[in-house]
Amino acid sequence: MTTTVLYRGAEAEICVSTHLGMEVVQKRRLPKLYRLPEIDQALIAYRTREESKLIREARVAGVSVPLLYDVDLPGGVITMEYVKGKRVKDILNALPESERKHLCGIVGQSIALLHNHNIIHGDITTSNMILANGRVTFIDFGLGMKSIELEAKGVDLHVLMEAFESTHSQRPTCFQDTFEGYRQVFTGDADAVLGKIEEIVQRGRYR
Amino acid sequence: MICLGIEGTAHTIGAGCVRDTHGHCEVLSNCMNTYSPAHGGIHPREAANHHATHLAELIHQAVQKADIPYTDIDLVAFSQGPGLGPCLRTAATAARALSLSLSVPLIGVNHCVAHLEIGRGTIPVCTDPVLLYVSGANTQVIAFAEGKYRVFGETLDIGIGNCLDKFGRMLDLGFPCGPKIESFAKQGDRYLPLPYSIKGMDMAFSGLLTAAEAYYRKKESLANICYSLQETTFAMLTEVTERAMAHTEKTQVLLGGGVASNTRLRDMVSTMAKARGASLFVPTKDLCVDNGAMIAWLGLIMHASGTRMPLEQSSINQRFRTDMVEVTWR
Repeated sequence: MTTTVLYRGAEAEICVSTHLGMEVVQKRRLPKLYRLPEIDQALIAYRTREESKLIREARVAGVSVPLLYDVDLPGGVITMEYVKGKRVKDILNALPESERKHLCGIVGQSIALLHNHNIIHGDITTSNMILANGRVTFIDFGLGMKSIELEAKGVDLHVLMEAFESTHSQRPTCFQDTFEGYRQVFTGDADAVLGKIEEIVQRGRYR
Repeated sequence: MICLGIEGTAHTIGAGCVRDTHGHCEVLSNCMNTYSPAHGGIHPREAANHHATHLAELIHQAVQKADIPYTDIDLVAFSQGPGLGPCLRTAATAARALSLSLSVPLIGVNHCVAHLEIGRGTIPVCTDPVLLYVSGANTQVIAFAEGKYRVFGETLDIGIGNCLDKFGRMLDLGFPCGPKIESFAKQGDRYLPLPYSIKGMDMAFSGLLTAAEAYYRKKESLANICYSLQETTFAMLTEVTERAMAHTEKTQVLLGGGVASNTRLRDMVSTMAKARGASLFVPTKDLCVDNGAMIAWLGLIMHASGTRMPLEQSSINQRFRTDMVEVTWR
């Protein structure tokens, strides 16, 4: 079995591997030598479990996410579908205006589906969205959590807002277009979420 | 060029002189005096009174130790914030008076950025680090990105030093409690689970402190509680530092602040750095804690890069954020 590392982050590495004859992606949380094994093992198992639970719940909510094939808690490995497509980050700026609006709308609708089920992604940036077969697939729920709080939903969208500002600053309507999609699908009070976002910007705590 | 810096953000009042030798920071003197209350934490007014009592003598000492006449001082720098209002005002008032009487320019600097710059200034190979700044009040992971010093992770409630001090105060350990907790922790060998609280890139210590206090009331061994407290909080600090290094793709890590003296924290960060192929730097102890030399050095490089501060703009800022600083010298 050959394994190639696609990306090495601070906490985990993303590898392409094979599972039951399929080409799959594995997220492997690596043991940290600086931590006590007691802390390290508990954290790795906890985070692996929480992340796979969120991915499953997101699917139930109707959001496109990689299919889960296997979860190894002690090993800290999530084996999932290899979604081959393009990162939204890499294509968004070059899209024609109307297509970009449409794509942002889908992104907003998907986030609303997550939030309707109180799923907070925790790191909604355009590098964590893959456009494949006309669908936007959300990846990396590693910083995610469940929350009914407006605050958490506001922070979640604020992360995206900042990602748009830093990476897609020459396309200033992206966030607005995304929020239009969000508003259509979100079952709670979208204006209250918007108010929260403004409050978070004012607070200036989040970068 | 020689700059005299005055530090006074919290419990330490300090004065130090530095000289710029081809971009390297030469510390000529670094004198300080720390207010330590008989009981409880820092009382801001008491601390300011302490500073006012000792500052004139410290400035004199700093100039004498530097072995220079007052007329050789080209610039006076002071800690403009963040910190306790009364302490900041005492240091700022002294700095203004000194600058006027010597007829040299005055410059106010950000205390957190000074902790980073003194590392870069005194350790030549430390050029572009991620700073883990751990002190009583501040716990921040700072790095230079897109033209500014940005905070990539920080505490959401209390500083790590404050967390250790509060725990120690319950035991009446006396300020500062960190070194005593460190020596208790060395006797510990059983880990007592404590909440590991990282939210994205930020950390929270207050819940964990409550849990540690609960263990103490349940008569768990003090050594094991101190051991668990250190292991948990330091692992959180190291994790956030590593995340910031991965995010910014930097290969150097610098420690600063009083808690940087802790050998277990150094070990952990060093292990993390080694695993990433990165290097760890720790300034000498007198430059890690709050000190006048680091204020002087930041003031000096800001001045050299063209920053000027008219007297009217020299008011203190208790909430001076790291990312508010306009970086003109990099």
